[in-house]
Amino acid sequence: MLRKKHYLALGAVTLVTVLLLSLPSRTVSHLKLAIGGLFLPLFGTVNAVRQLPDRAADTLLPRSELLKEIDNLRRENQEFEVRQQQTDASARENDQLRALVGWQQQQPWKLKLASVVLRDPANWWRTIQIDLGKRDGLVENLPVLTADGLVGRVSSVGYTRSQVVLVEDPSCRVSARILNPAQDLGVISPGGPLENSLVDLFYLSGNANLKPGQEVVTSGEGGIFPAGIPIGQIVDSRQAEFGLYTEARVKLSANLGALDQVWVLMNPQLN
Amino acid sequence: MNVLQTILILAAAFLAVFGEAAFSLPRQLFGAQVDLLPALMICAALNTNVVTVSLLAVLGGLWFDALSANPLGVTILPLFAVGFPICLRRDLVLRELPFAQVFLGAAASALVPALCVLLLLTGGQQPLLGWGSVWQWLVMTAGGALATPVIFVLFDWCRHALGYQPQTETSFRPDREIRRGRQ
Repeated sequence: MLRKKHYLALGAVTLVTVLLLSLPSRTVSHLKLAIGGLFLPLFGTVNAVRQLPDRAADTLLPRSELLKEIDNLRRENQEFEVRQQQTDASARENDQLRALVGWQQQQPWKLKLASVVLRDPANWWRTIQIDLGKRDGLVENLPVLTADGLVGRVSSVGYTRSQVVLVEDPSCRVSARILNPAQDLGVISPGGPLENSLVDLFYLSGNANLKPGQEVVTSGEGGIFPAGIPIGQIVDSRQAEFGLYTEARVKLSANLGALDQVWVLMNPQLN
Repeated sequence: MNVLQTILILAAAFLAVFGEAAFSLPRQLFGAQVDLLPALMICAALNTNVVTVSLLAVLGGLWFDALSANPLGVTILPLFAVGFPICLRRDLVLRELPFAQVFLGAAASALVPALCVLLLLTGGQQPLLGWGSVWQWLVMTAGGALATPVIFVLFDWCRHALGYQPQTETSFRPDREIRRGRQ
Protein backbone atom coordinates (compact mmCIF):
# COMPACT_ATOMS: atom_id res chain seq x y z
CA MET A 1 0.00 0.00 0.00
CA LEU A 2 2.68 2.50 1.06
CA ARG A 3 5.12 2.91 -1.79
CA LYS A 4 8.58 4.44 -1.72
CA LYS A 5 7.19 7.79 -2.93
CA HIS A 6 4.76 7.89 -0.02
CA TYR A 7 7.46 7.13 2.53
CA LEU A 8 9.61 9.90 1.04
CA ALA A 9 6.76 12.43 1.18
CA LEU A 10 5.91 11.48 4.76
CA GLY A 11 9.53 11.77 5.83
CA ALA A 12 10.11 15.07 4.03
CA VAL A 13 7.02 16.76 5.49
CA THR A 14 7.81 15.56 9.01
CA LEU A 15 11.42 16.69 8.67
CA VAL A 16 10.42 20.18 7.43
CA THR A 17 7.94 20.57 10.30
CA VAL A 18 10.40 19.46 12.96
CA LEU A 19 13.08 21.75 11.52
CA LEU A 20 10.77 24.76 11.46
CA LEU A 21 9.44 24.16 14.96
CA SER A 22 12.94 23.86 16.39
CA LEU A 23 14.26 27.11 14.88
CA PRO A 24 15.18 29.91 17.31
CA SER A 25 12.42 32.49 17.79
CA ARG A 26 14.40 35.33 16.21
CA THR A 27 14.99 33.33 13.02
CA VAL A 28 11.33 32.30 12.96
CA SER A 29 10.28 35.94 13.28
CA HIS A 30 12.49 36.95 10.32
CA LEU A 31 11.33 33.96 8.30
CA LYS A 32 7.68 34.79 8.98
CA LEU A 33 8.11 38.37 7.85
CA ALA A 34 9.97 37.20 4.73
CA ILE A 35 7.23 34.72 3.80
CA GLY A 36 4.57 37.30 4.63
CA GLY A 37 6.35 39.65 2.22
CA LEU A 38 5.20 37.39 -0.63
CA PHE A 39 1.72 38.82 -0.09
CA LEU A 40 2.87 42.43 -0.56
CA PRO A 41 1.74 42.70 -4.20
CA LEU A 42 -1.79 41.80 -3.11
CA PHE A 43 -2.08 44.55 -0.50
CA GLY A 44 -2.77 47.22 -3.15
CA THR A 45 -5.55 45.13 -4.64
CA VAL A 46 -7.24 44.77 -1.27
CA ASN A 47 -7.07 48.51 -0.62
CA ALA A 48 -8.61 49.17 -4.02
CA VAL A 49 -11.42 46.67 -3.34
CA ARG A 50 -12.06 48.17 0.10
CA GLN A 51 -12.24 51.69 -1.34
CA LEU A 52 -14.71 50.74 -4.08
CA PRO A 53 -17.89 51.19 -1.98
CA ASP A 54 -16.57 54.50 -0.61
CA ARG A 55 -15.82 55.78 -4.10
CA ALA A 56 -19.21 54.68 -5.34
CA ALA A 57 -20.83 56.47 -2.40
CA ASP A 58 -18.75 59.61 -3.11
CA THR A 59 -20.04 59.82 -6.66
CA LEU A 60 -23.63 59.41 -5.54
CA LEU A 61 -23.47 61.92 -2.67
CA PRO A 62 -25.12 65.28 -3.58
CA ARG A 63 -23.00 68.44 -3.52
CA SER A 64 -25.22 70.12 -0.91
CA GLU A 65 -24.57 67.23 1.46
CA LEU A 66 -20.81 67.59 1.01
CA LEU A 67 -20.94 71.36 1.63
CA LYS A 68 -22.94 70.76 4.80
CA GLU A 69 -20.34 68.22 5.92
CA ILE A 70 -17.51 70.70 5.26
CA ASP A 71 -19.32 73.34 7.33
CA ASN A 72 -19.68 70.89 10.21
CA LEU A 73 -16.02 69.92 10.01
CA ARG A 74 -14.94 73.60 9.98
CA ARG A 75 -17.01 74.25 13.09
CA GLU A 76 -15.55 71.17 14.81
CA ASN A 77 -12.04 72.24 13.81
CA GLN A 78 -12.53 75.69 15.34
CA GLU A 79 -13.81 74.11 18.53
CA PHE A 80 -10.76 71.85 18.68
CA GLU A 81 -8.45 74.81 18.11
CA VAL A 82 -9.95 76.66 21.07
CA ARG A 83 -9.65 73.52 23.19
CA GLN A 84 -6.05 73.09 22.03
CA GLN A 85 -5.22 76.61 23.25
CA GLN A 86 -6.69 75.77 26.63
CA THR A 87 -4.77 72.45 26.72
CA ASP A 88 -1.52 74.21 25.76
CA ALA A 89 -2.01 76.66 28.63
CA SER A 90 -2.63 73.77 31.03
CA ALA A 91 0.45 71.95 29.73
CA ARG A 92 2.61 75.07 30.24
CA GLU A 93 1.29 75.46 33.75
CA ASN A 94 1.92 71.76 34.39
CA ASP A 95 5.50 72.07 33.12
CA GLN A 96 6.14 75.08 35.36
CA LEU A 97 4.78 73.26 38.41
CA ARG A 98 6.83 70.15 37.57
CA ALA A 99 9.93 72.34 37.26
CA LEU A 100 9.20 73.91 40.66
CA VAL A 101 8.84 70.51 42.36
CA GLY A 102 11.74 69.05 40.38
CA TRP A 103 9.75 66.35 38.59
CA GLN A 104 10.63 65.01 35.12
CA GLN A 105 9.11 67.05 32.27
CA GLN A 106 6.39 65.36 30.22
CA GLN A 107 6.99 65.04 26.50
CA PRO A 108 4.05 65.42 24.09
CA TRP A 109 3.07 62.15 22.43
CA LYS A 110 4.62 61.53 19.04
CA LEU A 111 2.16 59.48 17.01
CA LYS A 112 2.35 57.80 13.61
CA LEU A 113 -0.72 56.82 11.64
CA ALA A 114 -0.80 53.27 10.28
CA SER A 115 -3.29 51.39 8.14
CA VAL A 116 -4.42 47.91 9.13
CA VAL A 117 -3.58 45.64 6.20
CA LEU A 118 -4.31 42.14 7.49
CA ARG A 119 -5.95 40.35 10.40
CA ASP A 120 -4.89 37.03 11.90
CA PRO A 121 -6.48 34.24 9.83
CA ALA A 122 -6.48 31.89 12.85
CA ASN A 123 -9.46 32.14 15.18
CA TRP A 124 -7.40 31.55 18.33
CA TRP A 125 -5.17 34.64 18.09
CA ARG A 126 -6.03 38.34 17.97
CA THR A 127 -3.37 40.12 15.94
CA ILE A 128 -3.32 42.58 13.06
CA GLN A 129 -0.64 43.69 10.64
CA ILE A 130 0.01 47.37 9.98
CA ASP A 131 1.84 49.09 7.14
CA LEU A 132 4.64 50.62 9.24
CA GLY A 133 7.95 48.93 9.92
CA LYS A 134 11.61 49.44 10.75
CA ARG A 135 11.99 52.04 7.99
CA ASP A 136 9.39 54.18 9.83
CA GLY A 137 11.24 53.86 13.12
CA LEU A 138 9.06 51.19 14.74
CA VAL A 139 10.48 48.89 17.38
CA GLU A 140 8.90 46.10 19.40
CA ASN A 141 6.47 46.80 22.25
CA LEU A 142 5.36 50.27 21.14
CA PRO A 143 1.77 51.00 22.24
CA VAL A 144 -0.90 51.14 19.54
CA LEU A 145 -4.13 53.10 20.01
CA THR A 146 -7.03 54.81 18.30
CA ALA A 147 -8.78 58.05 19.21
CA ASP A 148 -11.17 55.92 21.30
CA GLY A 149 -8.64 53.96 23.32
CA LEU A 150 -5.94 51.32 23.60
CA VAL A 151 -5.60 48.75 20.80
CA GLY A 152 -2.50 46.73 21.73
CA ARG A 153 1.26 46.67 21.28
CA VAL A 154 3.69 46.03 18.44
CA SER A 155 4.89 42.43 18.76
CA SER A 156 7.22 41.98 15.78
CA VAL A 157 8.63 44.44 13.29
CA GLY A 158 9.51 43.90 9.64
CA TYR A 159 11.01 46.40 7.24
CA THR A 160 7.72 47.69 5.86
CA ARG A 161 5.08 46.18 8.13
CA SER A 162 4.62 45.03 11.72
CA GLN A 163 2.45 42.71 13.73
CA VAL A 164 0.32 44.16 16.52
CA VAL A 165 -1.02 42.02 19.37
CA LEU A 166 -4.48 43.27 20.34
CA VAL A 167 -5.60 43.82 23.93
CA GLU A 168 -7.89 40.78 23.68
CA ASP A 169 -5.04 38.39 22.75
CA PRO A 170 -3.74 36.03 25.47
CA SER A 171 -0.18 37.32 25.02
CA CYS A 172 -1.09 40.97 25.71
CA ARG A 173 -1.50 41.78 29.41
CA VAL A 174 -2.06 45.37 30.46
CA SER A 175 -1.80 46.88 33.92
CA ALA A 176 -4.93 48.97 34.38
CA ARG A 177 -6.22 51.56 36.83
CA ILE A 178 -9.87 52.26 37.55
CA LEU A 179 -10.77 55.92 37.82
CA ASN A 180 -12.66 55.57 41.12
CA PRO A 181 -11.79 57.20 44.47
CA ALA A 182 -9.59 54.24 45.48
CA GLN A 183 -7.79 54.16 42.07
CA ASP A 184 -7.90 50.33 42.10
CA LEU A 185 -5.28 48.48 40.06
CA GLY A 186 -5.77 45.28 38.08
CA VAL A 187 -4.56 43.35 35.04
CA ILE A 188 -6.46 43.22 31.74
CA SER A 189 -6.78 39.69 30.31
CA PRO A 190 -8.67 38.44 27.24
CA GLY A 191 -12.37 37.61 27.47
CA GLY A 192 -13.92 34.76 25.49
CA PRO A 193 -13.23 33.99 21.81
CA LEU A 194 -16.59 35.44 20.75
CA GLU A 195 -16.57 38.47 23.06
CA ASN A 196 -15.06 41.00 20.73
CA SER A 197 -15.44 44.09 22.85
CA LEU A 198 -15.24 42.60 26.35
CA VAL A 199 -12.09 41.79 28.34
CA ASP A 200 -11.59 40.68 31.93
CA LEU A 201 -9.94 42.73 34.65
CA PHE A 202 -8.27 40.47 37.22
CA TYR A 203 -6.44 40.85 40.52
CA LEU A 204 -8.40 43.82 41.86
CA SER A 205 -8.38 44.07 45.64
CA GLY A 206 -11.10 42.13 47.47
CA ASN A 207 -12.80 45.30 48.78
CA ALA A 208 -12.68 47.24 45.50
CA ASN A 209 -15.76 49.41 45.13
CA LEU A 210 -16.65 49.02 41.46
CA LYS A 211 -19.63 50.46 39.66
CA PRO A 212 -20.69 49.93 36.04
CA GLY A 213 -19.55 52.78 33.83
CA GLN A 214 -16.35 53.60 35.73
CA GLU A 215 -13.49 54.42 33.38
CA VAL A 216 -10.48 52.10 33.10
CA VAL A 217 -7.15 53.48 31.89
CA THR A 218 -3.59 52.17 31.65
CA SER A 219 -1.76 52.49 34.96
CA GLY A 220 1.70 53.06 33.48
CA GLU A 221 3.11 50.03 35.26
CA GLY A 222 4.50 47.05 33.41
CA GLY A 223 7.02 48.93 31.29
CA ILE A 224 5.15 49.08 27.99
CA PHE A 225 2.10 51.32 28.14
CA PRO A 226 2.26 54.89 29.49
CA ALA A 227 -0.30 55.93 32.08
CA GLY A 228 -3.65 57.39 31.13
CA ILE A 229 -4.56 55.69 27.86
CA PRO A 230 -8.30 54.89 27.98
CA ILE A 231 -9.04 51.15 27.88
CA GLY A 232 -12.77 50.98 28.50
CA GLN A 233 -15.55 51.02 31.06
CA ILE A 234 -16.55 48.59 33.82
CA VAL A 235 -19.56 46.46 32.84
CA ASP A 236 -19.95 44.32 35.97
CA SER A 237 -17.87 42.78 38.75
CA ARG A 238 -17.81 39.69 40.98
CA GLN A 239 -15.85 38.32 43.91
CA ALA A 240 -13.33 35.55 43.12
CA GLU A 241 -11.45 32.97 45.21
CA PHE A 242 -13.78 33.34 48.23
CA GLY A 243 -13.50 37.13 48.24
CA LEU A 244 -9.70 37.26 48.06
CA TYR A 245 -9.86 39.46 44.99
CA THR A 246 -12.39 40.99 42.63
CA GLU A 247 -12.83 40.40 38.92
CA ALA A 248 -14.60 42.72 36.52
CA ARG A 249 -15.61 42.76 32.90
CA VAL A 250 -14.54 45.78 30.87
CA LYS A 251 -16.11 46.99 27.64
CA LEU A 252 -13.29 48.20 25.40
CA SER A 253 -13.47 51.78 24.16
CA ALA A 254 -11.81 51.00 20.83
CA ASN A 255 -13.78 48.86 18.38
CA LEU A 256 -11.19 46.17 17.67
CA GLY A 257 -13.45 44.38 15.20
CA ALA A 258 -13.47 47.28 12.75
CA LEU A 259 -9.98 48.73 12.80
CA ASP A 260 -8.94 50.50 9.61
CA GLN A 261 -6.35 52.93 10.91
CA VAL A 262 -4.44 53.03 14.19
CA TRP A 263 -1.89 55.30 15.85
CA VAL A 264 1.48 54.02 16.98
CA LEU A 265 2.87 55.87 20.00
CA MET A 266 6.52 56.41 19.07
CA ASN A 267 7.77 57.86 22.36
CA PRO A 268 5.96 56.17 25.21
CA GLN A 269 7.02 57.98 28.36
CA LEU A 270 6.92 55.41 31.13
CA ASN A 271 6.83 55.97 34.84
CA MET B 1 -1.87 18.37 -16.71
CA ASN B 2 -0.59 17.29 -13.28
CA VAL B 3 1.86 20.20 -13.09
CA LEU B 4 -0.84 22.63 -14.11
CA GLN B 5 -3.17 21.17 -11.51
CA THR B 6 -0.47 21.47 -8.84
CA ILE B 7 0.16 25.10 -9.78
CA LEU B 8 -3.57 25.81 -9.73
CA ILE B 9 -4.00 24.28 -6.29
CA LEU B 10 -1.00 26.10 -4.83
CA ALA B 11 -2.15 29.41 -6.35
CA ALA B 12 -5.62 28.84 -4.90
CA ALA B 13 -4.08 28.11 -1.50
CA PHE B 14 -2.02 31.32 -1.66
CA LEU B 15 -5.08 33.40 -2.53
CA ALA B 16 -7.21 31.59 0.06
CA VAL B 17 -4.77 32.35 2.88
CA PHE B 18 -4.51 35.98 1.80
CA GLY B 19 -8.30 36.26 1.50
CA GLU B 20 -8.75 34.87 5.01
CA ALA B 21 -6.37 37.50 6.38
CA ALA B 22 -7.61 40.43 4.29
CA PHE B 23 -11.38 40.00 4.36
CA SER B 24 -13.08 39.38 7.67
CA LEU B 25 -16.73 39.30 6.62
CA PRO B 26 -17.34 35.73 7.95
CA ARG B 27 -15.75 36.80 11.25
CA GLN B 28 -18.08 39.80 11.48
CA LEU B 29 -21.15 37.74 10.52
CA PHE B 30 -20.53 34.46 12.35
CA GLY B 31 -17.77 35.22 14.84
CA ALA B 32 -15.23 32.95 13.12
CA GLN B 33 -13.07 32.97 10.02
CA VAL B 34 -13.54 30.01 7.65
CA ASP B 35 -10.35 28.19 6.66
CA LEU B 36 -10.30 27.01 3.04
CA LEU B 37 -7.02 25.08 3.21
CA PRO B 38 -8.60 21.80 4.46
CA ALA B 39 -11.14 21.90 1.63
CA LEU B 40 -8.34 22.48 -0.87
CA MET B 41 -6.41 19.62 0.69
CA ILE B 42 -9.38 17.28 0.09
CA CYS B 43 -9.51 18.38 -3.52
CA ALA B 44 -5.75 17.84 -3.91
CA ALA B 45 -5.81 14.46 -2.18
CA LEU B 46 -8.63 13.14 -4.39
CA ASN B 47 -7.43 14.54 -7.71
CA THR B 48 -3.64 14.75 -7.62
CA ASN B 49 -0.66 12.82 -6.31
CA VAL B 50 1.19 12.67 -3.00
CA VAL B 51 3.75 15.28 -4.14
CA THR B 52 1.04 17.90 -4.61
CA VAL B 53 -0.50 16.96 -1.27
CA SER B 54 2.89 17.40 0.45
CA LEU B 55 3.56 20.70 -1.33
CA LEU B 56 0.13 22.02 -0.38
CA ALA B 57 0.64 21.00 3.25
CA VAL B 58 4.08 22.62 3.48
CA LEU B 59 3.46 25.80 1.49
CA GLY B 60 -0.14 26.30 2.63
CA GLY B 61 0.91 25.79 6.24
CA LEU B 62 3.84 28.18 5.89
CA TRP B 63 1.73 30.90 4.29
CA PHE B 64 -0.99 30.54 6.91
CA ASP B 65 1.44 30.60 9.85
CA ALA B 66 3.37 33.54 8.38
CA LEU B 67 0.26 35.74 8.51
CA SER B 68 -0.87 34.46 11.88
CA ALA B 69 0.60 34.42 15.37
CA ASN B 70 0.99 30.62 15.13
CA PRO B 71 4.52 29.26 15.53
CA LEU B 72 5.88 28.78 12.01
CA GLY B 73 5.17 25.24 10.74
CA VAL B 74 2.46 24.26 13.18
CA THR B 75 -0.25 24.02 10.48
CA ILE B 76 1.80 21.76 8.17
CA LEU B 77 1.31 18.48 10.02
CA PRO B 78 -2.48 18.81 10.55
CA LEU B 79 -2.97 19.54 6.85
CA PHE B 80 -0.78 16.62 5.84
CA ALA B 81 -2.44 14.34 8.40
CA VAL B 82 -5.75 15.00 6.64
CA GLY B 83 -4.53 14.82 3.04
CA PHE B 84 -2.13 11.86 3.20
CA PRO B 85 -4.55 9.08 4.29
CA ILE B 86 -7.19 10.27 1.82
CA CYS B 87 -4.60 10.31 -0.95
CA LEU B 88 -3.63 6.71 -0.08
CA ARG B 89 -7.20 5.42 0.02
CA ARG B 90 -8.80 7.60 -2.62
CA ASP B 91 -9.81 4.61 -4.76
CA LEU B 92 -12.35 3.76 -2.06
CA VAL B 93 -13.89 7.25 -2.09
CA LEU B 94 -16.74 8.14 -4.43
CA ARG B 95 -15.13 11.43 -5.24
CA GLU B 96 -17.68 12.47 -7.87
CA LEU B 97 -20.54 12.50 -5.37
CA PRO B 98 -21.24 15.90 -3.74
CA PHE B 99 -22.22 14.09 -0.54
CA ALA B 100 -18.77 12.51 -0.26
CA GLN B 101 -17.14 15.88 -0.96
CA VAL B 102 -19.22 17.63 1.70
CA PHE B 103 -18.57 14.89 4.24
CA LEU B 104 -14.81 14.86 3.64
CA GLY B 105 -14.68 18.67 3.63
CA ALA B 106 -16.48 18.82 6.96
CA ALA B 107 -14.25 16.17 8.50
CA ALA B 108 -11.07 17.88 7.27
CA SER B 109 -12.23 21.34 8.34
CA ALA B 110 -13.03 20.01 11.79
CA LEU B 111 -9.85 18.01 12.17
CA VAL B 112 -7.26 20.57 11.01
CA PRO B 113 -8.04 23.35 13.55
CA ALA B 114 -8.46 20.77 16.33
CA LEU B 115 -5.03 19.27 15.59
CA CYS B 116 -3.51 22.77 15.31
CA VAL B 117 -4.83 23.76 18.74
CA LEU B 118 -3.65 20.43 20.16
CA LEU B 119 -0.15 21.06 18.80
CA LEU B 120 -0.17 24.62 20.17
CA LEU B 121 -1.18 23.44 23.62
CA THR B 122 1.43 20.68 23.48
CA GLY B 123 4.04 23.31 22.60
CA GLY B 124 3.15 25.38 25.67
CA GLN B 125 1.29 28.13 23.78
CA GLN B 126 -1.84 29.76 25.20
CA PRO B 127 -4.33 30.28 22.38
CA LEU B 128 -7.59 32.12 22.99
CA LEU B 129 -9.97 29.27 23.87
CA GLY B 130 -13.32 29.05 25.64
CA TRP B 131 -16.88 27.90 25.11
CA GLY B 132 -17.08 30.26 22.14
CA SER B 133 -14.39 28.17 20.46
CA VAL B 134 -16.96 25.36 20.02
CA TRP B 135 -19.13 27.72 17.98
CA GLN B 136 -16.09 28.84 15.97
CA TRP B 137 -15.18 25.20 15.35
CA LEU B 138 -18.74 24.48 14.11
CA VAL B 139 -18.62 27.51 11.80
CA MET B 140 -15.26 26.38 10.41
CA THR B 141 -16.59 22.85 9.88
CA ALA B 142 -19.75 24.03 8.15
CA GLY B 143 -17.86 26.58 6.06
CA GLY B 144 -15.30 24.01 4.95
CA ALA B 145 -18.06 21.48 4.15
CA LEU B 146 -19.88 23.97 1.95
CA ALA B 147 -16.70 25.18 0.27
CA THR B 148 -15.44 21.72 -0.75
CA PRO B 149 -17.97 20.94 -3.55
CA VAL B 150 -17.58 24.50 -4.84
CA ILE B 151 -13.81 24.03 -5.03
CA PHE B 152 -14.31 20.71 -6.85
CA VAL B 153 -16.58 22.39 -9.41
CA LEU B 154 -14.09 25.24 -9.92
CA PHE B 155 -11.20 22.83 -10.42
CA ASP B 156 -13.19 20.67 -12.83
CA TRP B 157 -14.01 23.79 -14.79
CA CYS B 158 -10.33 24.85 -14.83
CA ARG B 159 -9.27 21.35 -15.87
CA HIS B 160 -11.68 21.36 -18.78
CA ALA B 161 -10.78 24.91 -19.77
CA LEU B 162 -7.00 24.56 -19.59
CA GLY B 163 -6.35 20.85 -20.21
CA TYR B 164 -6.45 18.74 -23.38
CA GLN B 165 -9.93 17.57 -24.26
CA PRO B 166 -10.27 13.76 -24.70
CA GLN B 167 -11.25 12.84 -28.23
CA THR B 168 -14.81 11.61 -28.21
CA GLU B 169 -15.53 8.45 -30.20
CA THR B 170 -18.56 8.57 -32.42
CA SER B 171 -20.81 5.54 -32.75
CA PHE B 172 -21.22 6.20 -36.46
CA ARG B 173 -19.47 3.67 -38.67
CA PRO B 174 -19.67 4.21 -42.46
CA ASP B 175 -19.40 0.47 -43.18
CA ARG B 176 -22.52 -0.23 -41.10
CA GLU B 177 -24.57 2.51 -42.73
CA ILE B 178 -27.94 1.30 -43.99
CA ARG B 179 -28.51 2.72 -47.37
CA ARG B 180 -32.15 3.09 -48.30
CA GLY B 181 -33.73 3.55 -51.67
CA ARG B 182 -32.49 2.42 -55.08
CA GLN B 183 -28.84 2.80 -55.99
